[in-house]
Amino acid sequence: MTSVHELMDYAEVIERFDPVLGLEVHVELHTNTKMFCGCANVFGGEPNTQVCPTCLGMPGALPTLNGKAVESAIRIGLALNCEIAEWCRFARKNYFYPDMPKNFQTSQYDEPIAFNGYLDVTLDDGSLFRVEIERAHMEEDTGKSLHVGGSTGRIHGAEHSLLDYNRAGVPLIEIVTKTIEGTGERAPEVARAYVTALRDLLKALDVSDVRMDQGSLRCDANVSLMAKDATEFGTRTETKNVNSLRSVERAVRFEMTRQAALLASGGTITQETRHFDESTGGTSSGRTKETAEDYRYFPEPDLVPIAPSREWVEELRGTLPELPWERRKRVQDEWSLTDAELRDLVNAGAVDLVAATVDAGATHTEARSWWVSYLTKEANSRGVELSELAITPAQIARVIGLVNAGELTNKLAREVVTGVLEGEGEPEAVIEARGLKVVSDDSALEKAVDEALAAQPDVAAKIRDGKVAAAGAIVGAVMKATKGQADAKRVRELIIARCS
Amino acid sequence: MNPLIRSTAAELAAKIASREVSAVEVAQAHLDRIGEVDGAVNAFLHVDTEGALKAARKVDDDLAAGAHVGPLAGVPIALKDVLTTEGVPTTVGSKMLEGWVPPYDATVTRRLKEAGVVILGKTNMDEFAMGSSTENSAYGPTRNPWDLDRIPGGSGGGSAAALAAFQAPLSIGTDTGGSIRQPGAVTGTVGVKPTYGGVSRYGLVAFSSSLDQAGPCARTVLDAALLHEVIAGYDPMDSTSINAPVPPVVAAAREGASGDLSGVRVGVVTQFSGEGYQPGVLRSFEAAVAQLKQLGAEVVEVSCPSFDYALPAYYLIAPSEASSNLARFDAMRYGIRVGDDSTRSAEEVMSLTREAGFGPEVKRRIMIGTYALSSGYYDAYYGSAQKVRTLISRDFEAAFATVDVLVSPTTPTTAFPLGERTGDPMAMYKADLCTIPANLAGNAAMSLPSGLSDEDGLPVGLQIMAPALQDHRMYRVAAAYEVARDAALGAPVIQGVPQLAGAR
Ligand SMILES: [Zn+2]
Repeated sequence: MTSVHELMDYAEVIERFDPVLGLEVHVELHTNTKMFCGCANVFGGEPNTQVCPTCLGMPGALPTLNGKAVESAIRIGLALNCEIAEWCRFARKNYFYPDMPKNFQTSQYDEPIAFNGYLDVTLDDGSLFRVEIERAHMEEDTGKSLHVGGSTGRIHGAEHSLLDYNRAGVPLIEIVTKTIEGTGERAPEVARAYVTALRDLLKALDVSDVRMDQGSLRCDANVSLMAKDATEFGTRTETKNVNSLRSVERAVRFEMTRQAALLASGGTITQETRHFDESTGGTSSGRTKETAEDYRYFPEPDLVPIAPSREWVEELRGTLPELPWERRKRVQDEWSLTDAELRDLVNAGAVDLVAATVDAGATHTEARSWWVSYLTKEANSRGVELSELAITPAQIARVIGLVNAGELTNKLAREVVTGVLEGEGEPEAVIEARGLKVVSDDSALEKAVDEALAAQPDVAAKIRDGKVAAAGAIVGAVMKATKGQADAKRVRELIIARCS
Repeated sequence: MNPLIRSTAAELAAKIASREVSAVEVAQAHLDRIGEVDGAVNAFLHVDTEGALKAARKVDDDLAAGAHVGPLAGVPIALKDVLTTEGVPTTVGSKMLEGWVPPYDATVTRRLKEAGVVILGKTNMDEFAMGSSTENSAYGPTRNPWDLDRIPGGSGGGSAAALAAFQAPLSIGTDTGGSIRQPGAVTGTVGVKPTYGGVSRYGLVAFSSSLDQAGPCARTVLDAALLHEVIAGYDPMDSTSINAPVPPVVAAAREGASGDLSGVRVGVVTQFSGEGYQPGVLRSFEAAVAQLKQLGAEVVEVSCPSFDYALPAYYLIAPSEASSNLARFDAMRYGIRVGDDSTRSAEEVMSLTREAGFGPEVKRRIMIGTYALSSGYYDAYYGSAQKVRTLISRDFEAAFATVDVLVSPTTPTTAFPLGERTGDPMAMYKADLCTIPANLAGNAAMSLPSGLSDEDGLPVGLQIMAPALQDHRMYRVAAAYEVARDAALGAPVIQGVPQLAGAR
């Protein structure tokens, strides 16, 4: 199913419209057990192996609240500068869907556990943008439907569907922003920066795996446009299936250009759910919300109200770790980084990795040069997060140590790292197996130097005339001849000695 | 007739414990009785002969080995089919769950088993506990042993009729708006709705979560108390379960049996009389109040004006919760499945299954509840009903500030003829007029026989209500009254049940 959309040039969109955003992020908590039962909460088990009467919604089964999930919700609320409810309840959101065992979702409705907060997010140029938080509330995840036989993997056109209830009842926190206005052309960037900041925050709190690719962090992006002379918000669409940080940015940008083109041609925006397509970068219409679904919310009678004591809330406030922005500030001060250097470090998602490499003995300059440039490129080409690369900060620190000791050249060091990334073992094992030793035997080097000088007599003459800078060409030739396994510094010394 | 089946649970327990009779003999006597009379009564939906005898044998073996057993070990019981039983069918009186065998025990079931109580089988009920006559069962109505052409009350008609037909000395009911007490009243038996949260709801197939409460049914107050203490108590599997000691109901029943109620203040609820009340019921009630005075109780009239709104509030709250609780019956994971011929969508199969699986009263309540919760109507209906609920709680609080217990007739009339009210839901709903306030407020309430109505010779129930967690208060009053009533009538009311046709 492909659909072709008229898109407006982005600059023109910004000239004619103000974008308005609303972001809803669902976070799966990595508690040991599910929200309302004792089933294990782990990703990727055999279908329907992590289930019990409660999370299957069997007759007579009842929910009991996971205290750890409440604790995580409060800590998230506090980190988002929210107020924590003194008394709140769960409600039932009633609708029929086969992957929802009870045909209602136990969720918080008008009484969220945390509300009225904000998150300051850093944009690419280092400036801060404050995103206000409406609420963070607790709810349970649904099971998963696998639609078999259709072309799109969606229910439409499928021959049959399989249901996996392992995910049913996994604790979720839904974090909803207030309306985000005033971003102008930076709307897509703000959206991405917000989800990035939220992800880093949740990781620091150690409450979730925050893996967008596995669905433990999911973002729904509400986008609408206001014509420059308008006084009311436009109709919004809600884009789902946005499974990476980059996709958040792309999806918002796409919706802006699609809606703008539609509005400019006299069309109207349909309030609907749209699906983001990773391969095309576009969105397509999902179910239309012409008549708003009536969820018939009412307080969940099977659970008692939650009344977190103020003492407990303060105790939890005391357990908040150093938050990502605080950590960044401290790192910048400690390492005397420029704003640009810090930004590169943060954008690469390398703060913790560099810090760990420094802890393992490297200098921050050395560590940054590895993580922010070389390893970031490696991660991109492999399509994984930097932190998912199969190499540890301690291993990088050891490689740096070997370079400093003259046992590896930078080029060789990169090869060692590649070997580690390829799963060839510890750096030392890679060096051994690949024979990546620096050639420090002067007689072998002298032979190579002599050959290089003989091959380029004009350069040799210049060096003999005292133009030492010309030695670079000979160093290059020697390095090439020794397949990079020579110590460039020693080669240079030998050249100068030969020509003097 | 084996005389064992006329014994009380307390007597049976003593005889079994002293090994005067074996638990197997006792179980067999009751299984035989079920075989003889249940064709006429239809109290049971499922009889677990094998399971019962096995459980009885275990008690006998334990006793033979000198093991310590609980106070009701070896005593048979009939379980309302709304409580799950591992490996034994549970239908909730509905076609929807025909053939469903739960993989887990309700907490009540588990506690009974652990106490050595012998489960004979599962009793008939109005579908999903919705009804006051057991005529809404998908498996045919239960008949009242006092008059087989009359209703045994509902929704727990099977559990009450099993007692009156001497098929079991004990049974378990559940009470959402009177489903333990009203059947108790019309069958001349004792039925107790404990304080909400006093007995775990885990494994009780929900009708209305904030109102449902399982409780003991028996032929005597002491038997009910003994059973109450077996099934009650905190359960971490039920968030609404109260984490507090079980009220000392057995001690209270024994204390009450001494027959002295001096110092006890009894309030007569003035709202529960007048139009719609059968004169014979009111006369029986007045005699009961006079009896309480003779026992030394101080009797005063108490007005609870909000009780007038209890019935309409109930018929918004209970259906609202039911509409959500019953959503899970969708053919996806258990129960019947209709129309799954590989041409229809899941949504169509859900719809066809619910159409075929639910009876008319269940559908009526799902529709009422769905409507009451709809946006735009929520405040007017569900919201207002919750406010009434608060007012009713306040009325109870005010009343219990001046009296220890409240009394009223349990139900406005004696057992009505089968079919009389099936076409008139409002008339049917009125059977629960007096019982509903205690469900809405969550406090304890019970019914015990106050004799027979002088105009039709059918049993009348006396309702006693106590504050939350003060269940023992009503047991004390009930036990005292029971002794005095039996003395006045010359025999327990239950002895008046006619011989059932077909019974030897
Ligand atoms: Zn579970």
